[in-house]
Amino acid sequence: MKSAMSKRKLKDTCGASAECISQVQKILRERFCHRPSATGKLFGIEFQYRHLLELLKRTTLHGESNSALIVGPRGSGKTTLLNHVLKDLREMKQVRGNLLEVHLNGLLQTSDKVALKEITRQLQLENVVGDKVFGSFAETLAFLLEALRKGDRTSSCPVLFVLDEFDLFVHHKNQTLLYNLFDISQSAQTPVTIIGLTCRQDILELLEKRVKSRFSHRQIYLMNSFDFKQYVKIFKEQLSLPAEFPDEPFAQKWNDNIQHLSEDKIVQDVLQNLFHHTKDLRSLYFLLMLAVSAVTVHHPLLTAADLQEASRQHGTDSKANIVHGLSVLEICLIIAMKHLNDVYDGEPFNFQMVYNEFQKFIQRKAHSMYNFEKPVVMKAFEHLLQLELVKPLERPSARAQREYLLMRLLLDNTQIMDALQVYPNCPTDVKQWAASSLSWL
Amino acid sequence: MPNLEHPAYPAAALLHLESLVPCRESQVSMLLSIFGERQQFSFPSIFIYGHTSSGKTYVMQTLLNTLQLPHVFVNCVECFTSRLLLEEILIQLQSCSSETEPTSPVPCDTFNDFVRLFKQALVSRELQDQTLYIVLDRAEQLREMEANILPAFLRLQELTDSNVTVVLLSEIVWELFRPNVGCFDPLTLYFPDYSIGHLQKILSQNHPPEYTADFYAAYINILLGVFYMVCRDLKELRHLAALNFSKYCEPVVRGEANERDTRKLWKNIEPHLKKAMQTVYLREISSSQWERLQHDGGEPGQLKGLSAHTHVELPYYSKFLLIAAYLASYNPVRTDKRLFLKHHGKMKKTNFMKKHEKTSNHLLGPKPFPLDRLLAILYSIVDKRVAPTANIFSQITSLVTLQLLSMVGQNDQLEGPRYKCTVSLDFIRAVARTVNFDIIKYLYDFL
Repeated sequence: MKSAMSKRKLKDTCGASAECISQVQKILRERFCHRPSATGKLFGIEFQYRHLLELLKRTTLHGESNSALIVGPRGSGKTTLLNHVLKDLREMKQVRGNLLEVHLNGLLQTSDKVALKEITRQLQLENVVGDKVFGSFAETLAFLLEALRKGDRTSSCPVLFVLDEFDLFVHHKNQTLLYNLFDISQSAQTPVTIIGLTCRQDILELLEKRVKSRFSHRQIYLMNSFDFKQYVKIFKEQLSLPAEFPDEPFAQKWNDNIQHLSEDKIVQDVLQNLFHHTKDLRSLYFLLMLAVSAVTVHHPLLTAADLQEASRQHGTDSKANIVHGLSVLEICLIIAMKHLNDVYDGEPFNFQMVYNEFQKFIQRKAHSMYNFEKPVVMKAFEHLLQLELVKPLERPSARAQREYLLMRLLLDNTQIMDALQVYPNCPTDVKQWAASSLSWL
Repeated sequence: MPNLEHPAYPAAALLHLESLVPCRESQVSMLLSIFGERQQFSFPSIFIYGHTSSGKTYVMQTLLNTLQLPHVFVNCVECFTSRLLLEEILIQLQSCSSETEPTSPVPCDTFNDFVRLFKQALVSRELQDQTLYIVLDRAEQLREMEANILPAFLRLQELTDSNVTVVLLSEIVWELFRPNVGCFDPLTLYFPDYSIGHLQKILSQNHPPEYTADFYAAYINILLGVFYMVCRDLKELRHLAALNFSKYCEPVVRGEANERDTRKLWKNIEPHLKKAMQTVYLREISSSQWERLQHDGGEPGQLKGLSAHTHVELPYYSKFLLIAAYLASYNPVRTDKRLFLKHHGKMKKTNFMKKHEKTSNHLLGPKPFPLDRLLAILYSIVDKRVAPTANIFSQITSLVTLQLLSMVGQNDQLEGPRYKCTVSLDFIRAVARTVNFDIIKYLYDFL
């Protein structure tokens, strides 16, 4: 009955215009791809949102210095949360114009000197610093903060430091930047708040003792703590078009279709599969983005098949794909390595042993394989090395002979057997050789 | 009816694109649907992987050029340090926008500067919010640069807050790229390898105009029959096809057979292709040598490949030194007494006699031996009496220079130098044959 309903819906919307579809794609793509923008909705992290907002309000309104770390696995919404809080903060009347922000990123500012230059640039104090040379990092930072004091005010603007990829700052020499920032937050007159975002749960162990003691040990955790029902709800809400969409009837049809999809058994299976694999929303958005890219004028509504296709594409085994494209000789070498691993329990092997094993196969069992010369087999082996399916234990030196270099195979037995099942035109004796582990038959 | 359809791009351009990319239509349509319209956002980073010559670079370049999407194309092997890479991207960005102004290279050391300069360049380029594509070919080299380059590129859309998509092309799978603490995972797309039908179709497209397409297709069929088991690389097969075609056409040119006489043509070409596998395919000889050989009609047996030149003529004692070194490397020490002394007595049957196949020394590689052992074996295998003069020692050094022996460890004064023999069994058998020495009798593995 449900499929009849969806067929009827499709017939109704044959007249969806290209402009309309283009709008839909624009909205959904921005929502899924350009996510850290603060226009989306927050799911399940209201408690953390209130905590962070309270913290920042105390800095800006009451001049308190604070520090906090937002900790959560990749894709759990740390940057989104922070952007939301900052947007709401900037809209508050008392805060407007009263907060200075400095955004640092561990990937970009790879050393403390670069970080200091970036801070100078973001606070727009380049001409103030000019050509002055300072003795130490602390002096420079103190000078910068002093320069922020406006003429008659007894205290300067509160400064907010946001450190993205906080765990990378920990690896700088002596952790100077962190030490100085936390030091100022504990002692100086200027109200300074430091918010760090990191994906490492053990971040506190990485901090030096003197840095750790100046940190307030305030940690906000984002742990993707929603269950499957909320997950499906998020799926539905994120795919729905907003109320302000220009083409009202189409928006209504679209949202009804999404409602119907979220109750469909196939879609629930797909979502359940993804949910068991990883709970974070970033992966969900990837899947939805892939499915949405299939929406065109001829195919204006999302179907369960689109989601299934997106899920299948998202979850393919890449090494199996690579094995699919190897030549028969290379497959034989992989099977020879598999047998060596079985007999010798995974100990490393060299090319000479693999060639020996291959020779045994050729002499005893092969009818379809021609006995190739050793250099030809060596070239096939080097192709496997280039694809990194086989990795040497140590870097090859100029002096060692290439045939005797010890290597390991980076595929396991189930992957090899699965790949052989789908390998096109595999000769039967090669398949039989792979299946039997008895090498003397 | 064209297979590729997209509302944002003109149908004529799509039709032209389709003709340029045979057998890759589904990949192109996938890419088009992911890219979306010009102004729309796309995935921040895309990772495309597949075997060599499966068309990744070609399809990306053709797609971006034909549809005239704003893009920057950089090869990471060419720009192998981060500085070269970042500066190249900035230079390409600059040169596209202002054709008249001379482009002065902007120094860009760190990724921080890059982000700043990139934002400036985007503003000046007046893209009107179109997506800019940065394509990095041979992206596996990014792993060798500083640790922040790869994660930063994956997040470039977020870091620069602009509409940019980074596309990485590589033949290594994504699992071997991912850094330890994780990063922003890109969308991974697989470019499948060509099937034998596809290869046939693509290779048959290059047929020379003098012959019919069927004739050339039959030739490609024969070529694939010989080489398909060994190599599926389109570039290699195309090279081999081009080199050997004139030989294939010889009977037709000489008038001995007409175009449809497949059996005669096959008999003519098949030994030639097998010889090609041992020489040109392995790059033992260059393509010009191969072509000259075909032209002169010489015997393929006279061909001297690169490995043939490793057989150098050694002086008499050097040959025996090499043989002694080989015996020292591949025989265990305990067997020396039995093999080389006149009155050795019986060998006790101990556990040592059991030979496991794995511990066959010919599988494990040569073992290092001290100089004294080498000289001891040498004295026992040479018939005449050999005086340990400086002559002998200098010959050992010259063998090391020729890389037939190699020195192991440092110049250790306390224990004396240790060497290891790095020649193959076939080589040493050839050398031993020239001095009438039956080396197989003295090798422990063959007893």
